[in-house]
Amino acid sequence: MSIARYPEWQAEAAATLIAPIVAAESGPVLLCLQAVQAHFGYVPGDAVGMIAEACNVSRADVHGVFTFYADLRDTSPPAVPVRLCAAEACQAVGGRKLKTDWATACGEDAELAALTGVDEPIFCLGNCALGPAALVDGELMGCADVARLKGAVTQAQAAVEAS
Amino acid sequence: MSIWFVPRDAAARSMGADAVAMALELRGETVIRNGSRGLLWMEPLVERAESRHGARVGWANMTAAQIEAGLPDEQSEQYVGVVEEIDYLARQNRWIYERVGVTDPVDPEDYLAHGGLSGLKNALAMSANDVVQVVTDSGLRGRGGAGFPAGIKWRTVADQSPAPHAGESPSAPAHKYICVNADEGDSGTFADRMLMEGDPFCLLEGMTIAAHAVGADRGLVYLRSEYPDAIATLQAAIWIAREQGWLGEGILGSHLNFDVEIRVGAGSYVCGEETAMLESLEGRRGMVRAKPPLPAIKGLFGTPTVINNVLTIASVPSILARGAEAYAALGQNRSLGTQVFQLAGNIAHGGIVETAFGISARELIDDFGGGTRSGRPLRAVQIGGPLGAYLAPEQLDVAMAYETLIEAGGMIGHGGVVLFDDSVNMAEQARFAMDFCVEESCGKCTPCRIGAVRGVETIDKIRAGQNVEANTELLRDLCDVMTQGSLCAMGGLTPNPVLSALNQFPEDFASPVIATG
Repeated sequence: MSIARYPEWQAEAAATLIAPIVAAESGPVLLCLQAVQAHFGYVPGDAVGMIAEACNVSRADVHGVFTFYADLRDTSPPAVPVRLCAAEACQAVGGRKLKTDWATACGEDAELAALTGVDEPIFCLGNCALGPAALVDGELMGCADVARLKGAVTQAQAAVEAS
Repeated sequence: MSIWFVPRDAAARSMGADAVAMALELRGETVIRNGSRGLLWMEPLVERAESRHGARVGWANMTAAQIEAGLPDEQSEQYVGVVEEIDYLARQNRWIYERVGVTDPVDPEDYLAHGGLSGLKNALAMSANDVVQVVTDSGLRGRGGAGFPAGIKWRTVADQSPAPHAGESPSAPAHKYICVNADEGDSGTFADRMLMEGDPFCLLEGMTIAAHAVGADRGLVYLRSEYPDAIATLQAAIWIAREQGWLGEGILGSHLNFDVEIRVGAGSYVCGEETAMLESLEGRRGMVRAKPPLPAIKGLFGTPTVINNVLTIASVPSILARGAEAYAALGQNRSLGTQVFQLAGNIAHGGIVETAFGISARELIDDFGGGTRSGRPLRAVQIGGPLGAYLAPEQLDVAMAYETLIEAGGMIGHGGVVLFDDSVNMAEQARFAMDFCVEESCGKCTPCRIGAVRGVETIDKIRAGQNVEANTELLRDLCDVMTQGSLCAMGGLTPNPVLSALNQFPEDFASPVIATG
C-alpha cells in the first residue's frame, strides 16, 4: 500500500475523541469504537482497553461489541476499498459472476489487489434496481463491471494522491 | 432562462449524475439537485423547466459527454416528454413520495411550497390524543414488515409516563423516545434510502408529529452505514430544520420540544430487528431482546419508545394533512393506504412504485416493471426481502397486501420485489438464505445460530446427491424448528425462502451440482 489516508495511531488523539462521547452519551461504547475507526481507519487493540476504561466496562465487553459488527476492523483498511454487493437483487443480475471476475482481475494484478484489498462482501447497498452494485472508496456504483470498477479505482486513487 | 434538475440520489449518482450536473454548470446553466423520481432505469434522468415550479420535461440516461456536446432537445432519442405524464409515474398514487424527485431535498422553502409542514401544523392544532386517533383511524400499519398497527403502538407509548434512563436515579430527567428504524438491510429495498435522500424533512416532520402524539422529547434515526448519502442528506436536513425552528424548543411556536439525532449502524443486518436495534443504540452487541417487556413500555434505555420504520413515520405527515378517511379509503381489508413497492433485481424498469395495497404482483412486474432486464423468461420472484418467499411465475396474481401474501405463504416485508430470470439456480438461492442467516444471526437463540449452519450443510448434501430423501426431510424438520423456536424474524423467517424454493422449484435441488457458495 503506497497511500496513507489515516493518521498513525496515537493514544492521546484517541483519548480526546473518546472523552466527549463518554461525557455526553448514554451507552457510548459503539459510538467510541466508530469514532476511533473514523479517525484512524481501524480500531487498534490499545483503543479497546482505553474505551473500556473510559466507559467503565470490562475490556471483554468492548471486545464483544467490536467483534459483533462487520464494519469494525482491527487492521488498516486498503487505500481504495472495493466492496461488491453480495445480496439477492445483485445476484439476479450477475453479482456472483462479477465477484469471480473481480477476484480474477485482482489475482492478475498484484498492485490492484493491494490497493483495493480483499473484497469483503457487503449485503445490500440500496441500489437494487441498478445492480450489480459496488462501493468504490465509499462511492456507489451501479451496473458495475470489471472495467468500470478499474476506472473508478484509478479515479479514486488519483483523488487520494492529490489530497 | 431554463432550470435544469439533476437528481442527487445515490442511485442516480451511481450512474454518473454528478458529472452530468457539473457539465451543465460548466455550460453556465442553472442546476437544481432534486431527489430521484424513482424511475431508476432512466437515471440519470435530467429534467428541464422554464420556471422553478413549472412543468418539467426530461431526458433519460444522460451522460456528461452528451451535455458537453450540446444541450439536449425534444428531437433527442432520450427525450421522455413531460415527466409527470410518464405512464410509470402517472399511474402511481404518491402520498409518502409526493415530493421525492420534485423538490430540492434540503431546501426548506421548496418543502413548504409543496405542502410540507401542513401535517405538523394540523397535528399541533389538535390534542395529542386526537393525533393518535387519526393515525389509528387511518389504518396505518408498520412498513418494516411486521405490520403492527401504528396507532396502537403510539397509544401504548402515550399512556406511559416518561422515565429516566435505566440505572439513573429516579430524579434524573425523564424521557420518551421516537426511534426510527432506517436499517433497511433487505436486499431489493431502497425506499427508506430514497425518502431520506429525496425528502428528509418529511421524515423529520413525521417524527415530530409522533413526538407530539406520544409526548416524546428525543428522536433517533438508526441509519445503516451502507447509506452514506442518506446519512449526509438527513444530517443536513436536521441542521436546517433546527435553524428553521422545525426541531428544537417550541417547535412552530408551540410548546413542543423535540430534537433528532442520527445513529449510524455498523454493518449488522439483525440490527434491523427492533430490539437488536435498541441494543445497538445503547452501544452493545446487537443481540435480540426477549419480549415482553415491549419497547413501547420499556424501550431505549428503559424508557417508553416508539419504534417505527422510515416509511411508517413518513406516511404520517400526509395522513395528518389529507385526513385519515382519505388514506383509509385506499387499499383493502386491513392493508390500508399506500405502499411503496420497490422493483429490483433482474427487471427492465426497476424503481419506486407507490400505490394502494392490493395491486397484483403481476401488474407490478409486467405493467410497471416491463419483465426481466435480460429479456430471458422470468423464473422466480422474491417478495419481502431475504426472509421473504420465492414465488413462481404462476403465483403472481396474488394481491400485494399483508394478508394475501401471508395466505400465499409469503410476506410483504418492506415491499421489495426482486426478479430472477431462468439462469437462477434456486437451490443456490436457498443455500444463500441459510448462509446469510449464518453470517447475520445475532447468536442468542439456538435454532437460528446452529440451525442456519446445519441448514447450509444439509442443502449442500442434498445438492451433492447424498441421501436426498432423508436430507430433504431433515431440512424441512430443521426449518420447522427454526420457524417455531427462534426468538425473532431472522431465524424464524429464514425458512421462508428455503422452503418456498424447495417447494416451487424442486427440480433445482434434484440435479447433483457442486456447491459454489
